[in-house]
Amino acid sequence: MTDEIRQIIRDHARLAGDVDSLADDADLYQAGMTSHASVNVMLALEDHFDLEFPDRMLTRSVFESIDSIERALVELRSETAVQ
Amino acid sequence: MSISLDRDLAFLDSVRLIADEVSAPNSDAVDRGARFPTESIEALRGERALSAGLPTELGGGGVSFEAIAGGCFELGRRCGSSAMVFAMHQIKVLTLARHLDGAPWFSEYLARVADEQRLVASVTTEIGTGGDMGRSIAAVTPGQNGTCTFEKKAPVVSYGAHADDLFVTLRRDPDSEASDQVIALAMRGQAELEPAGTWDPLGMRGTCSPGFVIRAVIAPEQVLPAPFSAVMSESMVPITHILWSHLWLGIATDAFDRARAFVRASAKQKPGETPPTAVRLSHLMSELSMLRSEVGSGLEAFVKASEEPSREWLSTMQAAIRFNNLKIAASDQAPRVCQSAMGVCGIVGFKNDTPYSVGRHLRDTMSASLMIANERIHQTNASLLLIAKDV
Repeated sequence: MTDEIRQIIRDHARLAGDVDSLADDADLYQAGMTSHASVNVMLALEDHFDLEFPDRMLTRSVFESIDSIERALVELRSETAVQ
Repeated sequence: MSISLDRDLAFLDSVRLIADEVSAPNSDAVDRGARFPTESIEALRGERALSAGLPTELGGGGVSFEAIAGGCFELGRRCGSSAMVFAMHQIKVLTLARHLDGAPWFSEYLARVADEQRLVASVTTEIGTGGDMGRSIAAVTPGQNGTCTFEKKAPVVSYGAHADDLFVTLRRDPDSEASDQVIALAMRGQAELEPAGTWDPLGMRGTCSPGFVIRAVIAPEQVLPAPFSAVMSESMVPITHILWSHLWLGIATDAFDRARAFVRASAKQKPGETPPTAVRLSHLMSELSMLRSEVGSGLEAFVKASEEPSREWLSTMQAAIRFNNLKIAASDQAPRVCQSAMGVCGIVGFKNDTPYSVGRHLRDTMSASLMIANERIHQTNASLLLIAKDV
């Protein structure tokens, strides 16, 4: 999953530096992701993983690193599985 | 009656008195001369109003946020420029007061604001960023002997020449991305302001907001440690939109009051007949009601969310859209109300020297849609609406 997230970051976050050298817990906003680019990342994640982020997850902290995005996706998938 | 309510009422009484007795008689001179509303701000200092909303532990007045918003409204009714200066100062100090964790320098600083009634101005826009406050070019730069320096070219700094201190947005360091920002506070004596440009605008003339190049040397602890994004979403953006919209509502309310006074005067001249302008006044009332309820509900949503321990909702897209909409709606509606008021009053509203003049009201509120341009906010909302679910 981390690789897929990283690919989406590469395609949509419009970071100035190299995405491959970015640590999983590196702050994407500090790496130059704007709010506008973050919306494109969210849309691409929803499309790729075929899910929808509920409003409570649409905060900066959820999308601030590859790790935090992965945690959110895992949480969402487990919720969907329970339902 | 609770102590806090007593405090709020006493504060609002004092601001109303200043608005009526100091701001109102000087408002035309401030407007015509495009000069700073010194009398209003000195009177507010005299009542310790500049620190009214700060907690009592810091020497502030401990009045509620609603009361501060009410103060902006009251001043707006009498002098838009005085209200804007007051509001912008409150935005800065109230924002700082909500993000003092691990920031002892800032706690001491706010205590000085209370003690000395220091006036804080804002340096958030920058030449080269296209009006986007979410990006900076100027950076906190390591200086000599452990100090920090910065140089920022600001196209507007409201009351920059009259402020004691400057609240400045900057890049975290010279290597940071444009969006990796921090807030720094530069005090008088630490900053040099080189005027860059003139000030002869259509409205809000007393805010005295020409451009400046600002060069400052500060201590590292004068950079706020709290994460910039949290400061923006939980405090600065909503507080800005709420206090601005309250003063715009104040200006629009006075325009309505003048139109109503005009209609009443016409009615008295012909007892028994309803003047034709009375119907237009009714239309105007409904326009004003919409503005009033949008402004009121924006305030309510913010106060409710701020009472939650972690203020979580304020970081959501829903909240961002909510307060963006308040800004757009209030800044569009306020000049509309003023223009309709001019329609009711006719030529005596258009003239600058009658009891029914509303030209200044119209000109002042026309600045509203430009202060953080509505089109930019629409662009942000357009992007957020692609992903937010329940708006």
